Amino acid sequence: MNPALTELERLFPPGRLLHKPGELVPYESDALTAFRARPLAVVLPESHAEVQAAVRWCAKHQIPYVARGSGTSLSGGSLPIDGGLLIGLNRMNRLLRLDPVERIAVVQPGFINLQVSNAAAPYGLYYAPDPSSQPVSTIGGNLAFNSGGAHCLKYGMTSNHVLAAKVVLPDGETVELGSESLENTGPDWLGLFAGSEGLLGIATEITLRLLPKPETYHTVLAAYDSLAKAGEAVAAVVASGLLPGAMEIMDSLAIEAAEAAVKAGYPLEARALLIVELEGETPQVEAEARYLEEVIQKSGAYEVRVARSNEERLKIWKGRKAAFSAVGRLSPDYIVQDGVVPRSRLGQALQAIEELSARYSLRVANVFHAGDGNLHPLILYNGRLEGELHRAEELAGEILKLCVALGGSITGEHGVGMEKKAYMTEMFREADLAAMQRIRLALDPQELANRGKMFPGETPAQSFHGAHPLEKAGVISRE
Amino acid sequence: MSAPPLQPTSAAEVQEAVRTHRRLLPRGGGSKPALSWPHEGQTVLDLSGLSGVLEYDPGEYVFVARAGTRLAEVEALLAQHGQYLPFDPPLVAQGATLGGTVAAGLSGPMRQRYGGVRDFILGVQFVDGEGQLVRGGGKVVKNAAGFDLPKLMVGSLGRLGILTEVAFKVFPAPKATATLLLDFPGLEGALEALYRLAGSPIELYALDLQPPGTLVLRLGGLPEALPARLEGLQAFLGRGGEPLSGEAETAYWRSLNELNLGEGALVKVALTARRIPALEQALGQAPRRYLSAGNLLYLAWNAELKALDTILQAQGLSGLVLKGATHRPQIGIDLGQVMGHKVTKALDPQGKFAQEPYAAQD
Repeated sequence: MNPALTELERLFPPGRLLHKPGELVPYESDALTAFRARPLAVVLPESHAEVQAAVRWCAKHQIPYVARGSGTSLSGGSLPIDGGLLIGLNRMNRLLRLDPVERIAVVQPGFINLQVSNAAAPYGLYYAPDPSSQPVSTIGGNLAFNSGGAHCLKYGMTSNHVLAAKVVLPDGETVELGSESLENTGPDWLGLFAGSEGLLGIATEITLRLLPKPETYHTVLAAYDSLAKAGEAVAAVVASGLLPGAMEIMDSLAIEAAEAAVKAGYPLEARALLIVELEGETPQVEAEARYLEEVIQKSGAYEVRVARSNEERLKIWKGRKAAFSAVGRLSPDYIVQDGVVPRSRLGQALQAIEELSARYSLRVANVFHAGDGNLHPLILYNGRLEGELHRAEELAGEILKLCVALGGSITGEHGVGMEKKAYMTEMFREADLAAMQRIRLALDPQELANRGKMFPGETPAQSFHGAHPLEKAGVISRE
Repeated sequence: MSAPPLQPTSAAEVQEAVRTHRRLLPRGGGSKPALSWPHEGQTVLDLSGLSGVLEYDPGEYVFVARAGTRLAEVEALLAQHGQYLPFDPPLVAQGATLGGTVAAGLSGPMRQRYGGVRDFILGVQFVDGEGQLVRGGGKVVKNAAGFDLPKLMVGSLGRLGILTEVAFKVFPAPKATATLLLDFPGLEGALEALYRLAGSPIELYALDLQPPGTLVLRLGGLPEALPARLEGLQAFLGRGGEPLSGEAETAYWRSLNELNLGEGALVKVALTARRIPALEQALGQAPRRYLSAGNLLYLAWNAELKALDTILQAQGLSGLVLKGATHRPQIGIDLGQVMGHKVTKALDPQGKFAQEPYAAQD
């Protein structure tokens, strides 16, 4: 056995150090299934000290490492490094403290997103960031990739809801970033750490802020005979001065798939569905609803439904939340992009995507966070057909370039990871990337932490296709 | 003696200044003099000439402006389109700029509703310590590409780079507002009500505590819903309080924006409501106000800053002196840590923006 591995055996008991080929297979890829790599070993720490020991071992032996939670990254962010160490954090899954009076929760990185809200629910509180992966994705991964969800325009992303973190830096040192206060009196180091994609360290304790649950929701489903009209409706809602908690659009392919999967009762013949949700104090929501109704009526919707009960509201959301995995069933494989465009360019972007879809002869379904211009085109392909993955990736790349050309971003919430690193140069100039790289090298001169992600560089060969096992089981979905 | 201030009018001139000067201190409107008072050997870089809104599309809820742009100019432009800066930065009438507000990390009472300056900054352009022009973030409301340099710049006090351009998310302004002043017999009752409100679904634009026992609450939204909400708020609290509306209400908050709390140094403290009882015992007569459910304290300190520094250290809190005679604006507990030191040196290897030359620090 490799002498370094022998040393690792002294740090982790059998069962929490995996290095036999069969044990490593489940860790070879994340939700971006086009990539796969075999780590040297997997360790499953149960404490801050064990994370620190693993990181120090990596630093000593110059072995690159990746920290991973549930492996739901859509950008290949938790893809292991060939011959590197994979630090699995799922066993660090405890809720360390829930303080309903101060409205905070302190969790270990392997704690599941949705369970934060579940734990807070008895006190009328919840954790706002709601990525669709929330039934399985972990807070550690959410923090590393600054996860979003359907409510970002009004409430922000993960980084807007994390108050503090205890972090093991790539050299094994521990730092405490942030505090329980929403305010700060120096540079926002925690702000830098959030969304740094595992390159700047591993969080082992995370303090989250909890919000009181809104008193009332008002959820509207509007059906349109064109995608463009739905897009214009979003612009009209924004122009009216309303600030809905969520605005989501699905196109006909997504509607059809969602309906087949969960029978949400969506109008099947619609070319586009718009979901708008208002939330807040009852008198305010009731008043806003009247303005919203006016805007939606003028927008050319041919059918409008308003959820009259919580059951009806959940049903509307059920179809939306299931849309991704449902679309996935239409095709053996798919790639999801999450580029952002200015809202006023939504129509233009969707038109261009439709043209690209025709040109590449690949179907593209659209389900997206319209309120913040965050597109989610799903490019359907069959990895068994020679060259189709390559074509799908080219199409995906064209969409990313389009988003940047329209003044947007290559990623709204999935992160750069492995998948989009080649497109960082579309968005940032050399000096921008050089500054980010200097920050990284200052903390990790050997580039051990999540090596090969975010920054442009070599990409490993792709050898795999098909849905992630968890996805096939319907546990996770890509959004 | 310090050299006269430089007055760049372009990012290129800021780059040139960084390349040709040993040590620099950026200054915007000078509304927070404790942060723009040069140390020996520092040349002041006056950025008020780097001004103007570059892009603003109300339909996007986004604007991009040069860092030296005054908040007053931005707020006037946004108001024309029924929008506002939700983090409610202070010192608007005193000439505060966007860049200075970001570098000092300052928000005001209305941060209670949607968040502080860190929650609304989308993009930055700055000149690093080697004179390179660096961009981070973007100019759309959602973006996860690359390190979040915009957030890093919040509270950076000019020590990580000289801001030249910033992009912000904005929101529609509430169409109507109303304020309720509630006097409680003492701190205990006021704090209890503050906690109840903060944990309730009542959406307040401001939740301030004016010691010893006054809560100041601001509601905002559609005018037709406001009377019912005000009644609901009074019922929730079981008391009527003193409502303010119309011009008196606007004037009340406008005057508070100046942070003219009293004589002496003006200091910001980051905290949580839990710290308030102990702090109230320690702060004596210093005029002060707690904002955003006890997350933010502004106070006037008319004594030796060392004494306040000692109090904050004892409470485990950090403070920032905004106005007052000091060369050490950061007081209270030392927030320094190894990640901060390393990243600072990565962006400013020669210590051009450091408070003291690097050699003197070690």
